[in-house]
Amino acid sequence: MADEVVLLDFWPSPFGMRVRIALAEKGIKYEYKEEDLRNKSPLLLKMNPVHKKIPVLIHNGKPICESLIMVQYIDDVWKDKCPLMPSDPYQRSQARFWADYVDKKIYECGRKVWTTKGEEQAAAKEEFIGCLKLLEGELGDKPYFGGEKMGYVDVVLVPFYSWFYAYETCGNFSVEAECPKLVAWAKRCLEKESVSKSLPDPHKVYDFVLHLKKRFGIE
Amino acid sequence: MFCKCSSSPRLCLGSAMATSDVKLLGAWASPYVMRPRIALNIKSVSYEFLEETVGSKSQLLLQSNPVHKKMPVLIHAGKPICESLIIMQYIDEVWTNGPSILPSDPYDRAIARFWAAYIDDKWFPSVSGITRAQGEEAKAVATAVAIEQVSAGLVVLEEAFEKCSKGKGYFGGEQIGYVDIVLGSFLGWTRMTEKMNGVKLIDEAKTPGLVGWAERFCANNAVKEVMPETEKLEEIAKMIQAKFRAPPPK
Repeated sequence: MADEVVLLDFWPSPFGMRVRIALAEKGIKYEYKEEDLRNKSPLLLKMNPVHKKIPVLIHNGKPICESLIMVQYIDDVWKDKCPLMPSDPYQRSQARFWADYVDKKIYECGRKVWTTKGEEQAAAKEEFIGCLKLLEGELGDKPYFGGEKMGYVDVVLVPFYSWFYAYETCGNFSVEAECPKLVAWAKRCLEKESVSKSLPDPHKVYDFVLHLKKRFGIE
Repeated sequence: MFCKCSSSPRLCLGSAMATSDVKLLGAWASPYVMRPRIALNIKSVSYEFLEETVGSKSQLLLQSNPVHKKMPVLIHAGKPICESLIIMQYIDEVWTNGPSILPSDPYDRAIARFWAAYIDDKWFPSVSGITRAQGEEAKAVATAVAIEQVSAGLVVLEEAFEKCSKGKGYFGGEQIGYVDIVLGSFLGWTRMTEKMNGVKLIDEAKTPGLVGWAERFCANNAVKEVMPETEKLEEIAKMIQAKFRAPPPK
């Protein structure tokens, strides 16, 4: 029996991008459904009644929510192809730690960079760059966070690369100047089709951010 | 403060696995620290509990968790593992002889992780919201709003309990599992919040399933010794409330 896989998503969402990459890495065929977040579909509300958020993965009718949980689920179910998590328990705990760090820090810090100005923005920029530098340190000389191949942490972090241009332009700084190794890593990931086809054009993301700023009255 | 849990090494409960060097950095009152303790108990793994002093962070903690500087930290054969949910999953994956903490089915595992995240990110912060409301100007309104949020969350968790337990005693089924530990570790603080604010949060009328579950959880062998007494938590809560009420430093 063929697997039925549906992804409810929103094109600029870095959380959705993670799932797209994981599905692509495993070669899983799925139906992509774009949600209008101002007019959420009955399907979304039914599949994620608790949070009413995207992304949601629907596998043979059963929903899985929260992007990190979804990526681990995909890795668990389609475990024979391109494993994303390491097999050693200690290395797995480290991968989970850094994925958790990305979730706690990168989205929020990045959001502050484009939604604030003046002193608040300067502080947000400093914190954001600090977080990226810590991640860059964790990467070290490895080609990927997963080692020789892309892994869980790579999949969790690389979507934010599509937002760097928006952060840089709003905040007037350059991620590449501050974290050249991290940008080199992101470009390495983008050489893979699973990543390049899952990430939107950074200029489109920037236009989206401008549109949000207008809508929410942010200068 | 009298501490129920001694910091000397616990006696091994006769595990067949060779006991490696296992240390846990934490404090008896912390719900997050309780989680790996319950997990290690389930697996019958002996460990050394290194109690952190209230108000200061040991060198070992700062070295083992330089990123967050928080407890708990599990140190296994010299290597640190941080974040209570991550520690529990590590314990489950290393000590495979004992009962499983996470479900074996990938979908059930995803559901367990979902509820753990909901409890940590949404529900427990709403419980703390009740304590925070006491420090606000429109205290009565703020408290009522906070209580409503917690109650609404508990109704969601009651439904989750019905679905996950499938008629058995725990979220994990016949035995306590991941979600039981995550929610159960907050029972002490929840009871303390109920007592200090004269309110019933987990009650027979709205959440009968959870009432029975809570009793079962606290009586469980893996939990009994590490569940802090409500009275001791009240002392800490009063200290925290005093901090919220204190005028901001000039």
